[in-house]
Amino acid sequence: MKIHEYQAKELLRRYGVKTPRGKTTEDAAEARAIAEELGGRCVVKAQIHAGGRGKGGGVKLAASPQEAETLAGQILGMQLITPQTGAEGQTVRKLLIEEAVDIARELYLAVTLDREARQPVIMASLAGGMDIEEVAEEDPEAIIRQHFDPHLGLLPFQARAVTGGLGLEGGTARQAQKLLAALAKAFVETDASLAEINPLLITGSGDVLALDAKMNFDDNALFRHRDIADMRDLEEENPLEVRASEFGLNYIKLDGNIACMVNGAGLAMATMDIIKLYGGAPANFLDVGGSASQEAVKNAFQILVEDPSVKAVLINIFGGIARTDRIARGVVGALEELGDVTLPVVVRLEGTNVEQGRAILQEADFEFVVATDMDDAANKAVAAAGGA
Amino acid sequence: MSIWVGKQTRLLVQGITGNEGTFHALGCRDYGTQVVAGVTPGKGGQSVEGIPVFDSVATARAKTECNTSMIFVPPPFAADAIMEAVDAGIELVICITEGIPVNDMLKVQAFMEGSSSRLVGPNCPGVITPGEAKIGIMPGHIHTPGSIGVVSRSGTLTYEAVWQLSNAGLGQSTCVGIGGDPINGTDFIDVLSAFAADDDTEGVIMIGEIGGSAEEDAARWIQANYEKPVVGFIAGRTAPPGRRMGHAGAIVAGGKGGAEDKIATMRDCGLQVVESPGEMGSTMAKVLGR
Repeated sequence: MKIHEYQAKELLRRYGVKTPRGKTTEDAAEARAIAEELGGRCVVKAQIHAGGRGKGGGVKLAASPQEAETLAGQILGMQLITPQTGAEGQTVRKLLIEEAVDIARELYLAVTLDREARQPVIMASLAGGMDIEEVAEEDPEAIIRQHFDPHLGLLPFQARAVTGGLGLEGGTARQAQKLLAALAKAFVETDASLAEINPLLITGSGDVLALDAKMNFDDNALFRHRDIADMRDLEEENPLEVRASEFGLNYIKLDGNIACMVNGAGLAMATMDIIKLYGGAPANFLDVGGSASQEAVKNAFQILVEDPSVKAVLINIFGGIARTDRIARGVVGALEELGDVTLPVVVRLEGTNVEQGRAILQEADFEFVVATDMDDAANKAVAAAGGA
Repeated sequence: MSIWVGKQTRLLVQGITGNEGTFHALGCRDYGTQVVAGVTPGKGGQSVEGIPVFDSVATARAKTECNTSMIFVPPPFAADAIMEAVDAGIELVICITEGIPVNDMLKVQAFMEGSSSRLVGPNCPGVITPGEAKIGIMPGHIHTPGSIGVVSRSGTLTYEAVWQLSNAGLGQSTCVGIGGDPINGTDFIDVLSAFAADDDTEGVIMIGEIGGSAEEDAARWIQANYEKPVVGFIAGRTAPPGRRMGHAGAIVAGGKGGAEDKIATMRDCGLQVVESPGEMGSTMAKVLGR
């Protein structure tokens, strides 16, 4: 799960990470009042989940409260397009107004899980403000990596290794070590999957501040963090994906025109891949799961056909725990309820209760395109969607 | 022959009194697995269709000499269940539960250091030696005894591979689902090492997916250590970066874990990687000259 910058900063402050002073608002006139409180000069920052906000014009420096109001008026409500939003952009609903601080140096700092080492790792670099992936590509040596044991926390010598690698000295180094320990503790205790400060700021007077903050969380651990779960902003997510998640469905919207309904994540990915291999393009990833009820399958099918770009549907079910007859009933139920579906629906059923499943489809008042295996199903779906 | 599970398996089911636990404990027993005990804390003394239920794994172990555990405990308590089984000295712990927090698995990993128990999963379909024992949620009837080993990060895609193999007249020695989580107990190399030592496993189908670098590590290990033919498939070529594709571990992040890199490394290391997931069985038949 992702949260906004202002929420991440709020969480990190609880652990002792210093940030610039600021407040959020959804109103331009209020932005002016906040700017006055902050002393006039301030930064107006769009709060959307996607990164690269500055590049898209969502982060602006205001020299005065008047300018803060003007900029806030321009940014609020705009469709902010960044390299991470896609072409349609994301509507800005909230702003963070922060005091402008003098910048001496900008660094990069993050904690994430290193899957191969099976430990959290701190990543730091001198190239603050830059995308870490670019740095990793151009100059991998420039990234300092420090693993730590999540059960012991970041040890003082490990924090010193990081600040030493960044060339920090004196009081600045000590402040940065404190911040590192706080960030590592926050990462572990909140079950985060990413805690990133980019840039980490060294001010003219040597103070260390988190100028930006980004946190992602392990969805599987949200049950023990109600406060974080409450930070979820559904406005930032695709509405079809939100609806699917309400039914326990794993759905991700993609750009193609062949909708897929599959059981199991691996088979769902493989089905997308085989559509592409035969010259088509998948419209979504959808794993209906092992224990999907007839009702969930019905909703899944409705979500698929609601997508206006869809030209054909491919249902690929290998029944293990998921019983093919239950899925067939769900699909037929959805077709009956929708009434006027004219899309071609290619079906490949195999596994538990497959005979009953096939019989249900045959008896339905709808002409399914029946496929014998995955290759056949993909070929037929691509042809039905208008060919490669 | 086979690896890890078979006629000698004496199965304990942790979480046996839950819906899924009961359903699959009985499914395993119907297949022919010796299901000797169940554990649900607080429900010791009860029985599930003749299977005795105990309060703790230690008691179940002492009373029934169970040597393998299958876990259906809900995610918040599953890591504790794994550690309890390891503490009781259960040799093989197979965790089916999906949705265990990463931090809990890091705890399990620290707890297991120095232990001789093997953990398979979590978030996996289990392990089956066709004709001998089924420990997990896979449909038993699609499997046939034979000489192809299957190792996979995915559940249903494994069923797909098994079905294709059986249709091509190729039975399976053992099929191991290592699970779709980023931190798991058993990796590809562990399973491949066991297949290497098993005389009756002729060839292996290895099914990977996007995320992490376990497939690349396995491919390099195969090139250096493994003689038998390996047919591979990687799911997720069309997955957009930065999105989790159902499995907690299936994500291309920070420019790493993409399908194309995995496929290229596997091919460089001499694996037969199929383009279409529909060709896993037929390719294995071709490689073996059947």
